[in-house]
Amino acid sequence: MRLFRMMRILRTALRAIGKNPMRTMLTMLGIIIGVGAVIAMMEIGTGSSDAIAKTIARMGANTLLVLPGAATSGGIGFGAGSSMTLTPQDCDAIIRDCPAVKSAAPLVRARGQAVYQDRNWVPMSIYGTTADYLIVRDWTDLSQGDIFTDKDVRNSTKVCLIGQTIARELFQGSSPIGKEMRVLNISFKVVGVLSSKGANMMGMDQDDIILAPWTTIKFRVGASSSTSTSSTTSSTTSTTSSPSQLYPNSLTSLYPVPSDTQAADNPQPVRFTNVDQIVAAANSTAEIHQAIDQITALLRERHRIRDPKDDDFNIRDMTEMTNALSSTTTLMTKLLLAVALISLIVGGVGIMNIMLVSVTERTREIGLRMAVGARARDILRQFLIEAVVLCLAGGILGIILGCGGSYLITRFLRWPTETSMAAIVASVIVSASVGIIFGYYPAWKASRLDPIEALRYE
Amino acid sequence: MELIELKNIYKTYYMGDIDVPVLRGITLSIGKGEFVALMGASGSGKSTLMNILGCLDHPTSGEYWLEEREISRVSADERANLRNHKIGFVFQNFNLLARTSALENVMMPLSYTREHLSDKEVKRRAEELLNRVGLGDRMHHEPSELSGGQQQRVAVARSLINKPSVLFADEPTGNLDSKTSEEVLTMFKKLNVEEGITVIIVTHDPNVARHTQRQIRIHDGLIVNSQTSQGGSQ
Repeated sequence: MRLFRMMRILRTALRAIGKNPMRTMLTMLGIIIGVGAVIAMMEIGTGSSDAIAKTIARMGANTLLVLPGAATSGGIGFGAGSSMTLTPQDCDAIIRDCPAVKSAAPLVRARGQAVYQDRNWVPMSIYGTTADYLIVRDWTDLSQGDIFTDKDVRNSTKVCLIGQTIARELFQGSSPIGKEMRVLNISFKVVGVLSSKGANMMGMDQDDIILAPWTTIKFRVGASSSTSTSSTTSSTTSTTSSPSQLYPNSLTSLYPVPSDTQAADNPQPVRFTNVDQIVAAANSTAEIHQAIDQITALLRERHRIRDPKDDDFNIRDMTEMTNALSSTTTLMTKLLLAVALISLIVGGVGIMNIMLVSVTERTREIGLRMAVGARARDILRQFLIEAVVLCLAGGILGIILGCGGSYLITRFLRWPTETSMAAIVASVIVSASVGIIFGYYPAWKASRLDPIEALRYE
Repeated sequence: MELIELKNIYKTYYMGDIDVPVLRGITLSIGKGEFVALMGASGSGKSTLMNILGCLDHPTSGEYWLEEREISRVSADERANLRNHKIGFVFQNFNLLARTSALENVMMPLSYTREHLSDKEVKRRAEELLNRVGLGDRMHHEPSELSGGQQQRVAVARSLINKPSVLFADEPTGNLDSKTSEEVLTMFKKLNVEEGITVIIVTHDPNVARHTQRQIRIHDGLIVNSQTSQGGSQ
């Protein structure tokens, strides 16, 4: 029965609004433009901040770095990454057992010279890794060729991927695919060229890179864990360009080389294969903390670390970048909110203005309604509902306008937009509240009229 | 007990420091089924009296018994309820809702009743009333498409929709020519005779008052003359 009554009141309101379509339209215009602008801004804003989030994620905001812990010997620390505790099996376990991790790859670093025909270059990074590295770095789109496979990793195949900078410096525009180049005096076949990624946040050129199977770098190039990187670098530099290669005699060894017999008598313990670091990517920025917790738990278990003891590894995330990302998004949202608020207040004042005029104009009608039995609250409700209906209708038209506007922007300007359900729901709620807030005063004024005076009003 | 009983009704308006007594002790009773004219010059207090009788206003002092209930002190909401259920109004300037069909104008008071009537029932009642006032063929016309007499008949139909005990008409013929005035007055008389509805017409025109059974004259806030005539004679 209440519903029934509401329907009748609603119908009365619609009829009253419908009597002056031109004015109704103009009144609603404030709300229409307000809500339309909000919706369009929200959709463009969400689209842009999604695009920004993706860009920052491509820069590596979701990347986690697992480094081995610091080794100490006789009270002397060797700094981060100096102990050799991470294994490729750790990496496999992370991929297998951590649900918050999208992918992970082991990393073995080397440094040295790359040569092709008469040109040479010292790449910023020479990484031994697996194909998953490209997934971690969100770098799977190659500009030419193909990624090396897991089989290449198992077989220590001498293949590599090169970055744009290497391709430019060594191959000078000719296609590097299938060409043989030497890295640290080992011959590698180029199977693919990475797409351009530009500089990272530190300004380092990320395209100045050679990627090869980690087994190849580890065992064939004889590169090194990070502890010995510097010495390897110096020695490899010497192998390629110093006279020491020309005059092998000048290379004096500190200890006598053990003979075969000696080696057989004193077998060195076979050490497990270690990697310099493991890079992992969380599924999303939000899951970074989960991923860190899962990796920590897993590695502690695998490394058999009991509770009071510290981790023998470190996990780093890109806190700085994540913060930049979230502050960008909050700033954008606040800006939009301010714009929305202002335009809706302007629209609301317009509604109040017209409702006041309407109350004055319809004084006689109000008097009549009171004379036939309308109570003050009936009149209040009637005018309030009129205002709310006006605002809601304006809001809905605004939503249509806003969605249409953002569609056109996507269509013709190719800006990324995204339909925001939250914005639509919020607009409907906000325009209804604007109707109630700004419609209340005129409605209250109408309800306070004296029926005798109102009936006599000319 | 009579339908309406006024006992020593006073109404004083306060305008700043000056008290303006408008009604100065009105005692009056009107029985069920009477056809009464309330007469008086302008400023005599007849409109104020009608406002009090019509529950639009309350007296400063005195008692007002309507259908055996003392209502001079009830709240505004309760007065609204009384207006809705017991009283019908017909105004000089018709007071129809513009750009609203005759049918909807007649149905309007029912949207404020407390009892719940179905849309169908509301419509049926309104159509019946419009037929009774002879506008069955003009139900869907708006006031601007109707003549003055027709508009006043719509207003009469509207005042009857809640089956009131008493009908107040404030100068109902003031805006009508003499021919349509006659028609409207004849209609009131017919309603009074055939349906037994109590009708109170407020007027200053003796020609209108002539149609009624009883004339009550007010002068300076007092009843000076209440006479019963052989109303209805043309």
